[in-house]
Amino acid sequence: MQTESKSPLELEQCLKCSICTAVCPVMNNTDAYPGPKQCGPDAERYRMKDIRFFDESALKKCLNCKRCEVACPHGVKVAELIQTARRDMSQHGPGLREIMLANTDIMGSLATLVAPIANFATGLQLSKEVLHATVGIDHRRTFPKYAGTKFETWYHRHAAQNQGQFKHQVAYFHGCYVNFNYPKLGQDLVHVMNAFGYGVQLLEKEKCCGVALMANNMYNQAKKQGQVNIDSMRKALQGGVETIVTTSSSCTLNMREDYPTMLGIDQKDVKEHLGLAVRFISRLLDEGNVKLVWKEGFKKHVCYHTACHMARLGWNVYTLNILRQIPGLELDILEQNCCGISGTYGFKKENYELSQKIGSTLFNDIEATNAEAVVTECETCKWQIEMSTSLPVINPISLLAEALDLEATQKANIR
Amino acid sequence: MSQEYDVIVIGGGATGAGTARDCALRGLKTLLIERYDFTNGATGRNHGLLHSGARYAVNDAESAEECIKENMILRKIARHCVEEHDGLFITLPEDDLEYQKTFVERCQHAGIRADIITPEDALRREPAVNPRLIGAVVVPDGSVDPFRLTIANVLDARLHGADVLTYHEVTSLIINNGRVEGVNLRNNLTGETSEARAQITVNAAGIWGTLIAKMAGAQVSMFPAKGSLLIFGHRVNNMVINRCRKPANADILVPGDAITVIGTTSDRVPIETVDNLRVTPEEVEVLLTEGAQLAPALASTRIIRAYCGVRPLVASDDDPTGRNISRGIVCLDHETRDGMAGFITITGGKLMTYRLMAEIATDMVCKKLGVNKRCTTAENALPGTQPDSVEHEYDVVKDHSPYGRRSAGEDNRDENKTYVSHVQQGRFGNNAHNIEAGRPDKDALVCECEQVTVGEVEYAMEHQMVERLIQLRRRTRTGMGTCQGQLCALRAACVLSHKTGVEAAKADLRNFLNERWKGMQPVAWGSTLSEAQLIQRVYRDVCGL
Repeated sequence: MQTESKSPLELEQCLKCSICTAVCPVMNNTDAYPGPKQCGPDAERYRMKDIRFFDESALKKCLNCKRCEVACPHGVKVAELIQTARRDMSQHGPGLREIMLANTDIMGSLATLVAPIANFATGLQLSKEVLHATVGIDHRRTFPKYAGTKFETWYHRHAAQNQGQFKHQVAYFHGCYVNFNYPKLGQDLVHVMNAFGYGVQLLEKEKCCGVALMANNMYNQAKKQGQVNIDSMRKALQGGVETIVTTSSSCTLNMREDYPTMLGIDQKDVKEHLGLAVRFISRLLDEGNVKLVWKEGFKKHVCYHTACHMARLGWNVYTLNILRQIPGLELDILEQNCCGISGTYGFKKENYELSQKIGSTLFNDIEATNAEAVVTECETCKWQIEMSTSLPVINPISLLAEALDLEATQKANIR
Repeated sequence: MSQEYDVIVIGGGATGAGTARDCALRGLKTLLIERYDFTNGATGRNHGLLHSGARYAVNDAESAEECIKENMILRKIARHCVEEHDGLFITLPEDDLEYQKTFVERCQHAGIRADIITPEDALRREPAVNPRLIGAVVVPDGSVDPFRLTIANVLDARLHGADVLTYHEVTSLIINNGRVEGVNLRNNLTGETSEARAQITVNAAGIWGTLIAKMAGAQVSMFPAKGSLLIFGHRVNNMVINRCRKPANADILVPGDAITVIGTTSDRVPIETVDNLRVTPEEVEVLLTEGAQLAPALASTRIIRAYCGVRPLVASDDDPTGRNISRGIVCLDHETRDGMAGFITITGGKLMTYRLMAEIATDMVCKKLGVNKRCTTAENALPGTQPDSVEHEYDVVKDHSPYGRRSAGEDNRDENKTYVSHVQQGRFGNNAHNIEAGRPDKDALVCECEQVTVGEVEYAMEHQMVERLIQLRRRTRTGMGTCQGQLCALRAACVLSHKTGVEAAKADLRNFLNERWKGMQPVAWGSTLSEAQLIQRVYRDVCGL
């Protein structure tokens, strides 16, 4: 009799119940993908025997949305089995397209320097056609706009000097998207945390979390960047910040769950202090430690989309806990469906149609709510939904900033 | 049925199938008889180890030499049945390192390559090996799929004109004037009786050979030795791992296909019990404890099955007490030995030496029949290993089908095939391309753990004498994966029912699931227990079986 059962990524815990195949957004939209069970635990047994059983063209179809892992009743790391196989067995280096899409920070740094030109250029049909034909980025795709001023620049100019006045401090991992494309979310985060009586620090060094690098098989670079992030976080924690907050669900999941398993980065000591701002705020609210002053007459109708990686974290409850406390907010909760973009996946021309097909259920559901906006924590879902529906997409932190009387709240919390 | 044959071979194990093949290749009109399905006895219940012979080198030089010769032959003639991954003989701190010296010397003496490597090198080559090892020797061990090997022999025998009967049991021998002239048969599926006649009858029935011999009034003293083995859910090791010491319990760990097998135990059992053996909890304990000495990961790796077989050990004729048991090949001419003409028993030996045993038996048959033909089984490759250009009646390329694997064209599952077809190639060798594929109804998976498609099931039904799930399992691995039939059994039964009818398929399904449970029961804990419960839920509670 054996008292414990261990296997790489829990592959032996798979009872072949096939629940994962029922929830897989890819498998349910194309015949070209054999599904999470076959590509994960089934094929892994043969891949252990010989690399010739590694079928890259099939495995590449995986979105890594991790809905299979959420569904699995036995904790099999289905998506991770697929991703580690790609990591360890792929014979192909990343192409120019992969390098362009995955290096969100380098591309961002370059683009923000010339933001108006970059935005103009990526918006041009001609440049889209060129990208489509040369590197294989789909010409039907809308690119996220680059901001003229990076979030970090804004922070150092307008926020850094005020943070010392707060008794409590948190560190903020903003991510590439906030820094280069959407600094307003970072600004909202600073305002909201300040209103609750928390100063916001940036990390000494922040690199792209690497999720896009990993999806495009650039693990060495991802590991280097990940190590920088974890070291900086560790230093920040030692320096006295209470926690490290984030606003992106995919960055967070990647740094919490995939750093140790996929990149071999030891971050046990940091992990428990690293989480989405909504988790931190939800806990503050539950503990009754903050006071909230809402704007008079605030009224809005939104629908909430649970991003795949948010579902994997299981943290949508925190967001919903906050949203439900906003007076005047009409909230529809959408059925959980993948939007189809999955980071850089939907940008590739061979995936565009599949990506839109996967998202179509969600898009229809969104339009049917007649809401004013969609709320979600994931920036790539934002691009996809804004491109594919008529609604704007906002982060719950921004919604909170919009609904709160920030000045009055800050006064109430710092007496 | 009453037909004249030159030779009747009793027993559908590797030896019987090999003998039938050899006889057929030498132009004899041959009938092969098996009372259930092929490989039902010891052939199908062992490690599947492609012995280098190293294990016998110290104590049994003759067996060692036979093994290494046959090992090299099988790599040539049965390429699609073997995996050439080499083996390690490891010395642990509690073993005597002196033994390694003797071991290597004797191996070299027997013609077996045996290279001493450092423990570090051993760990690099085989990360699963016990890191406590103090010595390691690399030998040309490998693994062999006994099911595939046996069916390949059967197919080649048929190709050369042999008739084959499965589910036919010999109820008695037809004896006239001190001569065996044939066999009386009972169809074990229908109960019908019949007879078949031949000039020579070869008893290749393994441990059951002692009962066949008794029908001719001859005593062949056999000592049934039960050996139990465990199957782990995935490949823990990629090289065979043995202990470098005197052979003992559970000291061979063999990777084969997608699994790893540890074995064996060894216990004498009464001949009356050999049809109803079960693996005991004590045996499981021994296998687990000793196995963890070879590869510590075994202690916490899921076990999907336990099974046991019976070695046909034969007492040498001059020592009927059985003290002097040989694992060597025994070929008895009952005419000179017992005054019973037309009757030969071939027994003893090992899976590894099945071809040599067949050669020895066939030589004797030929001598008796006055046929002067040389044995060619060591040169002629088996079906599946033969070059593509050779066309056989049983694998004629289906040019009437526009869907052949090679012309899949615009099929949108084409990419998926690279994986599935690799797996199938492993099972069928160069016959794999005759499996219909390239359209959804043929590519649909029947067995997901082992990647068996509808096309493959149909191929097996058409060309490999498959009507029942147990036959399908042995030909294609359907139901051998971690789910042990949970997903595949029903689907496979559906495909088979096109040939056998729904009621027969239902009964077959019930038997198959019970047989699967028999192997899971001794190791029913953890995920394997959950799996068994899920199977029960699906079949009893949902399907109402």
